[in-house]
Amino acid sequence: MIDAATRKGIFEGWLRRFGHGMLALGLVALLFAFAPAKLHADTDCLACHSDKTLQDANGHSVGVDGQVFGSSIHGVLQCKDCHTDIKDYPHPDHLQPVQCKNCHADQATQLGGSVHKDGKDHPCTSCHGDAHAIFPKSDARSAVYPLNIPRTCGQCHSNGGMGQKHKLDSVYPKYIDSIHGYALSKEGLLVAANCQSCHGSHNILSHTNPLSPTNKANIPATCGQCHAKIAADYFNGVHGKALLAGNKNVPVCSDCHTAHAILQPTADAFRTQSTPICGSCHKDKFSTYRDTFHSQLGSLGGYVQTARCWDCHDAHEVRPTSDPLSPVNPANLVTTCGKCHAGANKSFVQYQPHANAHVRKLNPALYYIRLFMNLLLVGTLTFFVIHTILWLIRARYEQFRNKTADKTAEGDKHV
Amino acid sequence: MSDLEQQNVPASGEQTAPPKRYFKRFTAAQRYMHAVLFTTFLGLAATGLPMRFSESLWARRFAAGVGGFGSILFFHKLCAIVLTLAFLNHVKNIFTNAFIHRQKGVFWGYSSMVANFKDAKDLLGHLRWFVGLGQRPQFDRYSYWEKFDYWAVFWGMLVIGFSGYAMWFAPFFAHFLPGWALNAVLVIHSDEGLLAILFIFSIHFVNTHLRPGSFPMDMVIFTGVESEEEFSHKRPLEYQRLVKEGKLESRLGEAPGSYQLNFSRVVGFTAIFIGLTLLVLTLSAYFI
Repeated sequence: MIDAATRKGIFEGWLRRFGHGMLALGLVALLFAFAPAKLHADTDCLACHSDKTLQDANGHSVGVDGQVFGSSIHGVLQCKDCHTDIKDYPHPDHLQPVQCKNCHADQATQLGGSVHKDGKDHPCTSCHGDAHAIFPKSDARSAVYPLNIPRTCGQCHSNGGMGQKHKLDSVYPKYIDSIHGYALSKEGLLVAANCQSCHGSHNILSHTNPLSPTNKANIPATCGQCHAKIAADYFNGVHGKALLAGNKNVPVCSDCHTAHAILQPTADAFRTQSTPICGSCHKDKFSTYRDTFHSQLGSLGGYVQTARCWDCHDAHEVRPTSDPLSPVNPANLVTTCGKCHAGANKSFVQYQPHANAHVRKLNPALYYIRLFMNLLLVGTLTFFVIHTILWLIRARYEQFRNKTADKTAEGDKHV
Repeated sequence: MSDLEQQNVPASGEQTAPPKRYFKRFTAAQRYMHAVLFTTFLGLAATGLPMRFSESLWARRFAAGVGGFGSILFFHKLCAIVLTLAFLNHVKNIFTNAFIHRQKGVFWGYSSMVANFKDAKDLLGHLRWFVGLGQRPQFDRYSYWEKFDYWAVFWGMLVIGFSGYAMWFAPFFAHFLPGWALNAVLVIHSDEGLLAILFIFSIHFVNTHLRPGSFPMDMVIFTGVESEEEFSHKRPLEYQRLVKEGKLESRLGEAPGSYQLNFSRVVGFTAIFIGLTLLVLTLSAYFI
């Protein structure tokens, strides 16, 4: 018979042994986990530089996290591979800046020809972050991971950053509130356009440079990398054809949608703001459009839709009225107007969405009706304004005369 | 108005004047008609002007405040339906009075709204009196400017109403209207509406309410009655005719209660205030 105390002792012995076993297992696991760091990062250097508070003579931190470095894309390298002026220990107090181009020659060349070539800070770490914690761009820890790029670029290209110093547009807030920014920051869509999707990465050129993807002539192709169908439509339309023919005075994507503050095109704000954009070139059409109910209501915002330019003319595949494929070709009007006006018929589509009531030759009936209405308005008001003003003067005079002439008698107050 | 206020105050001075007498001018139905008319008219003006001046900042702010043009258009159409029903009811009343009840003086005579030769003479006479070239004309039950107000509204209802419904139900009207008419209806609706707004908020307000003889408001359209003094001075011909025919007593009405006057003042001044605000906004769209 084993008494209770003995039983307890046996149990505790097992428990202790089990604990030791787990500890040993944990240590082995730790050993494996640390193995890459220990293998690849220089343990000699880390003897000093693993101290995160370590500073050089200028007060710059020279501490390195060996574990993070070991797991970074450069973890396989030795310290002296980059810090080439360190030959032995102790090393000089002042070291030369690391030359990334020794390995990354292509990127360095591209950067040298880009708008960022004059950067005073280290050109690579400005974007790629901590030199000892650089990860591949597919790694969520990377500063150039798609979801992190806007924030990385935004360090300079936003309010108060380098943007202000160099008088650059503050694009980060615009982007982050745009439909691309929303898709990226709220939905985490890796395919959502980020800065480098349009601007490139190392070879960023000014939009004035014909080789830049953001040069006016290249914008439809740049946006078309993702928006292929719309780009195809655009190049079938008059604007795209003219652009291909070398005409720079035609709208490209960014002229209507803006470059950074791109809104959902069905959003009320976009529909309200973009009609004048078409109107900035098509001035006569815009002015006559503004005379119509479509425009009058449309300018007021709200949740009911009225016809905007592209609702009738199409947004991207804009074709001349004479083209049978154009939605505003007379043959297609019943269908086009019928999108909103159920029951639109042949007579209904005789309505002129751009009628000019000021030109007699174009619209005689409308011209005379407008003339008559204006004369009626001006005539009636002119007559009665004179009539009423004279009356007011006379009535006041009469009251005054009655009051002074005879204070006891009841004067005629109702004049 | 001051004479209306005096009714409950004991007559000052040594003599005790006989109590003031009040005479009926408008029936309750007519006053309700006016109330429906100015309420819907203010609604139509307040929602129509932002559409007409949709480029103005105030128009956009106002539209945004009430929920965008969707709700503006909703209220515009709602007021339009109510006003249309009131108008149709009015036309029905005219015809039942004239042809069913065989009431006299609907289309002619001193109690008719139809203009006559005396109105033309009164207009000229009034203008001559304005500049001191003659005596003030003696007016009958309805003066020429009151008839003009009436017909301006009548004509306006037909024109604005028809053009409005033509826009509302454009595909239907397109069955029997030519295409250019669909363009014309907006011009007509918009210009005639603007004329109505400018006319009511400037001319009607001043002629009927704000001129010295009625300042600050003619209460007769709200209370239905006016004092004997006001009656005899404003419409001497009608007053004298009633005296001569011995029918004056038959028109006697009750003195308006103070609650009635106060309520009328609140409603009336609110309407005038809204109207003048809209007038200023409209003019600002042209001159600022």
